[in-house]
Amino acid sequence: MQHVSPIREPLVTGGKTYADITEDVCRQVEAKPNMRWMVALGVALVFLGIFIYSVYRTLWFGIGEWGLNKTVGWAWDITNFVWWVGIGHAGTLISAILLLFRQKWRTSINRAAEAMTIFAVICAAMFPVLHMGRPWLAYWVLPLPNTFGSLWVNFNSPLLWDVFAISTYFSVSLVFWYIGLIPDFATIRDRATGPIARRAYALLSFNWTGSAKHWSRYETVSLILAGLATPLVLSVHTIVSMDFATSVIPGWHTTIFPPYFVAGAIFSGFAMVLTLMIITRKTFKLEDYITLEHVESMNKVITLTGSIVGVAYITEFFIAWYSGVEYEQYAFINRATGPYWWAYWSMMTCNVITPQLFWFRSIRRSLTATFIISIFVNIGMWFERFVIIVTSLHRDFLPSSWVMFSPTSIDVGIYVGTIGLFFTLFLLFAKFFPVVNMAEVKSILKSSTGVSHTHNPGASLHGTAPNNSHKHD
Amino acid sequence: MTSKKYILGVFNDEDVLLNAIEQTRAAGTKIYDVFSPYPIHGIDDVLGIQRSRLPIVAFFCGLCGTSFALWMQIYMLGFDWPMIIGGKPHIALPSFIPVTFELTVLCAAFGMVITFFIISGLRPTLKVPVLDVRSTDDKYVMAIELKEGTDINKLNDLLRSHGAIEVNEKEVVK
Repeated sequence: MQHVSPIREPLVTGGKTYADITEDVCRQVEAKPNMRWMVALGVALVFLGIFIYSVYRTLWFGIGEWGLNKTVGWAWDITNFVWWVGIGHAGTLISAILLLFRQKWRTSINRAAEAMTIFAVICAAMFPVLHMGRPWLAYWVLPLPNTFGSLWVNFNSPLLWDVFAISTYFSVSLVFWYIGLIPDFATIRDRATGPIARRAYALLSFNWTGSAKHWSRYETVSLILAGLATPLVLSVHTIVSMDFATSVIPGWHTTIFPPYFVAGAIFSGFAMVLTLMIITRKTFKLEDYITLEHVESMNKVITLTGSIVGVAYITEFFIAWYSGVEYEQYAFINRATGPYWWAYWSMMTCNVITPQLFWFRSIRRSLTATFIISIFVNIGMWFERFVIIVTSLHRDFLPSSWVMFSPTSIDVGIYVGTIGLFFTLFLLFAKFFPVVNMAEVKSILKSSTGVSHTHNPGASLHGTAPNNSHKHD
Repeated sequence: MTSKKYILGVFNDEDVLLNAIEQTRAAGTKIYDVFSPYPIHGIDDVLGIQRSRLPIVAFFCGLCGTSFALWMQIYMLGFDWPMIIGGKPHIALPSFIPVTFELTVLCAAFGMVITFFIISGLRPTLKVPVLDVRSTDDKYVMAIELKEGTDINKLNDLLRSHGAIEVNEKEVVK
């Protein structure tokens, strides 16, 4: 017997049945693409075009097309790399960590969030690869026999750890996402009317039948994958932060970086999930699955992680003063009052102040406010990486090397281009793949809508739903 | 070409289904398989499905990953081409931990998932393998294999008396 709380709102509203879930989610997969989707894809493709052009310029003319220089050797590109990787983290957090914590509200958002992870990591990977200058030699980062004329790779370097961390993270996330998709592809396959759709989804669904034995193994596999992905996701941004923390640059050389980067990653990732979900639920009419309850829960995570990030900023400043190291002190004073003060204060405003607005319940539950704040958070998190990278580097050890960094149009082009790449992938996903995990939502439907769950068939059929009348928001 | 016949009991409710499974098994009928659109809690016990040993597979695959990663790094930097990097010893174990961890996770995850695919017969095919297409939507289907001399009417009555909304016969040509 499962207790139904009269004060907790159901996860799926609108009195849905199992068939309704199938119908609602499969609708946009089976229907012809609508106008709004086509327009959105068109815009995304334009930005993808900008990406392709900028990459072509970078490859043809070299890294000189970018604004970085000898002093600021990591600039716009690594900022974007860290930004995208961070965004990816929310997907794994939702699908893995919330699974381990048995947070059932994750079921209707985990599919899209994991897709976001995968696409964000693809976008992130573009930057270090392009920064190599000769991306066709990218395989040199792998530990290959040194007949290439080089030595073995340096396993003491965090940059190499990154290669392993990001590629493992990408592959494990992809597998986790795909395992979850298999039962839903089977559902689409069994509904498909056209021969092409049926064959395509039959191939994708890997012969899935929904046999009890397979489900049992599927649940075991999901649980173990969640258990593996949880330390994995924490390790990824920890290692990204070590790219900075293990160096001796004032402003980078701090032990607070790993937890601070992980919190920041989750913070920006949830903001991106919210941006995407608010659009998706509206476009695909999924308001009963992605409810205000979901938005509110995610906003709470944003407030928590945003506060951790805020405390980290203040701690950094305090430690710089407390350390008594004048270079460290200068680096931080220069961040707040130096030539890049506007970047620092944009970061502070967007990351520290805006998420605090979510202490108000009305703002937490307002879609418009959430949408705006989620954009602000993503801008703030971009500035955070910019501040860390550019302001720490632009005042070199020798004042004769002090320079300013400004991006070229190619820098900007690659950045907005990856946003185009991201949205192209996401829109294709949203059209051809089920955006909500149907099987998982079905598995929580009974307990979440207030129907009691027992093994005694006599008493089980219709429990009472204490609070089942809901406004559609 | 061999063909197999199945009796399919279609159910509307998971609790009714669980009860029907118990009763069918109690009546001495062997259930071929049960198909559902989502994992039903408690079905493993009533069907007598053993707990999966996939976590053990994951553990040993992970162990292989750990050993391989350690061997690779110690061999490459410690023996094959030793170099002093940042004043560290040739075999600097603390800085080998991240790569070791990542390869452990990678091998554990892929080893387990590939094993899951192989033992469950999951592979891309063009055919539709389900016995009743509604079992991936909103119905639960209990399949009982028909052998020579099985009393179809008795099975029909048994399933219906335990709440099946439909009882169908299906022949599968292998």
